[in-house]
Amino acid sequence: MISYAECSARERLARVLDAGSFHEWLPPAQRVTSPHLAQLGVPSSFDDGVAVGRATLDGAPVFVAAQEGGFMGGGVGEVHGAKLVGLLRRALRDRPAGVLLLAESGGVRLHEANAGLIAVSEVMRALLDARAAGVPVVVLVGGANGCFGGMGIVAACADRIVMSDVARLSMSGPEVIEASHGVEEFDSRDRALVWRTTGGKHRALAGDCDALIEDDVAAFRAAAIAQLGRPRPLAVDALEAEHALLAARLAHATADAYDFWREIGIGEPRAVPDMTAAEVEALHAALAGDA
Amino acid sequence: MEWRTLADALFGPAHAIAADGDFLHGEAVFDGATLAVVGSTHHAPVGVALALAQARVVLDTIERHPGRALLLLVDTQGQQLRRRDELLGIHRAMAHLGCCIDLARRRGHRVLGLVYDQALSGGFLTSGLIADACDALPEAEIRVMRLPAMARVTKIPEETLAALSIANPVFAPGVANYVAMGGVRALWTGDLAAALREALADAPVADERAALGATRGGRRLAASVIERVLAAA
Amino acid sequence: MQPGLETLSYDFAGTRPAGAFAPVLVGVVGSGNLEVMLEASGDDRCRVAVETSARGFADTWRAVLEDFHARHGFAGVRVSINDMGATPAVVGLRLEQAVAQMGATP
Repeated sequence: MISYAECSARERLARVLDAGSFHEWLPPAQRVTSPHLAQLGVPSSFDDGVAVGRATLDGAPVFVAAQEGGFMGGGVGEVHGAKLVGLLRRALRDRPAGVLLLAESGGVRLHEANAGLIAVSEVMRALLDARAAGVPVVVLVGGANGCFGGMGIVAACADRIVMSDVARLSMSGPEVIEASHGVEEFDSRDRALVWRTTGGKHRALAGDCDALIEDDVAAFRAAAIAQLGRPRPLAVDALEAEHALLAARLAHATADAYDFWREIGIGEPRAVPDMTAAEVEALHAALAGDA
Repeated sequence: MEWRTLADALFGPAHAIAADGDFLHGEAVFDGATLAVVGSTHHAPVGVALALAQARVVLDTIERHPGRALLLLVDTQGQQLRRRDELLGIHRAMAHLGCCIDLARRRGHRVLGLVYDQALSGGFLTSGLIADACDALPEAEIRVMRLPAMARVTKIPEETLAALSIANPVFAPGVANYVAMGGVRALWTGDLAAALREALADAPVADERAALGATRGGRRLAASVIERVLAAA
Repeated sequence: MQPGLETLSYDFAGTRPAGAFAPVLVGVVGSGNLEVMLEASGDDRCRVAVETSARGFADTWRAVLEDFHARHGFAGVRVSINDMGATPAVVGLRLEQAVAQMGATP
């Protein structure tokens, strides 16, 4: 097993995609970097924290992007965002078998906040354009920084999400919630609380991700292959089903995952954090089967 | 601006727009056509419930009123910062709202955003920023984060941020920055009804904001980087 | 403290021609870390350009890079570094990792 979380973005691309198949657009040697960071005394990265290009996955042509969580927390800045938009617009034009986003991001890069926010909305539109044209988009979430903020919203706009149980997918980090409403609202140092609120196991049980796997690059590769074959339609009835699912969640009155899990029919919620990814997946499947 | 003042200025007193707490919704007749109106007020924090309430209006419009234009009235302090919303998948609820708005556009409904008071961060992302175009009132406040908080998080002195933001619109709060960067298309000054008329007539179908940011000079690289990816060997 | 990146450059006479090779990139620009990119330059120098947020360490960079050049003596290599406060040990490690990835003609 090779930890996906411990790999850099480029290592993930090398191991998830078919060996040697990744061809990068705007590679580091072209130095397409942020024009904004130097004046803030922050070093740039030669690829502005995201590698984009084409590759094959199990022989099928795919377009890919991998965000480097180690650079600025994977935050989306002007150039980073434009690379993602360009990739998705190219997917609309060239119609690959799918688009894979290896997402690891805190959301908008604060140092370029406005550019990042607008860029994320452009990514959302381009992603939905690609999906509407029949190009499936699958997001892999497995980095230590998780997938938050605007990128959390982008992920939920995709066809499918693959998560490992060490990853998190949500909107706001626990620190900002604690800063806003106090430690009783969300104790950001309680890791178990953080992970059962926004981590892969909860997302799997809630149905917010389509596959929950171990932190292993081979598992991510297999799950990506499988999920690219399962696009979701972008039609009114699909949105109505999504609406009903989300509206039903408002019946969960508390903020704790243990209550949520009990309310969806899990007999021993406190056993969940110690379960393996496979066990949680099986539990979710059993619940869905009963539903 | 108060939403009622805005609504009266746009539509006269005979409109059917109401506020349920922070949730704005209803209809108004404008130039002989009915508009669907949805949005928020009181600097609403957008949580799962409010995102869904707005999505419901958009879905109803798609299903019951083919071709009807949608006006999104934006006044939000951003995403709701509560553990329960995170647990319930606020990111997914916000994406759902964005997808509903996007589908409305695809189904031929013109969707126009107007920031009439505040637009912050995530609350802006899945409302005004996913419309065909988003305009704003000149007194609107648009931002990701205030400078003092940004200084704390980035560990860059606030004075430095303030000084740099004079010449560079890329991170500091301000509706003018969003206009310069192409995120906001136009400011409505003077006759608000005339501005609405012009906005409805001129709703783009494609996402032109990167090009607009380049033309206006506030976002000089985005459009060219997009083009380079499209052209790369 | 006045923020701002420090830019440093070094230029060594090379003795071992590196020939043609595809650009190499190692490392990540995170706290205590750096990115090193090696490119074939086709001349007889080894030029190094450093951008760093850790100001005031020019002497340390010179020592590390002289050591690197003493070991390899490359001619025709351009070294570009984005640094966020890596220690000399980490800098040296990344340089060696980069050299290890210098492969065949692109």
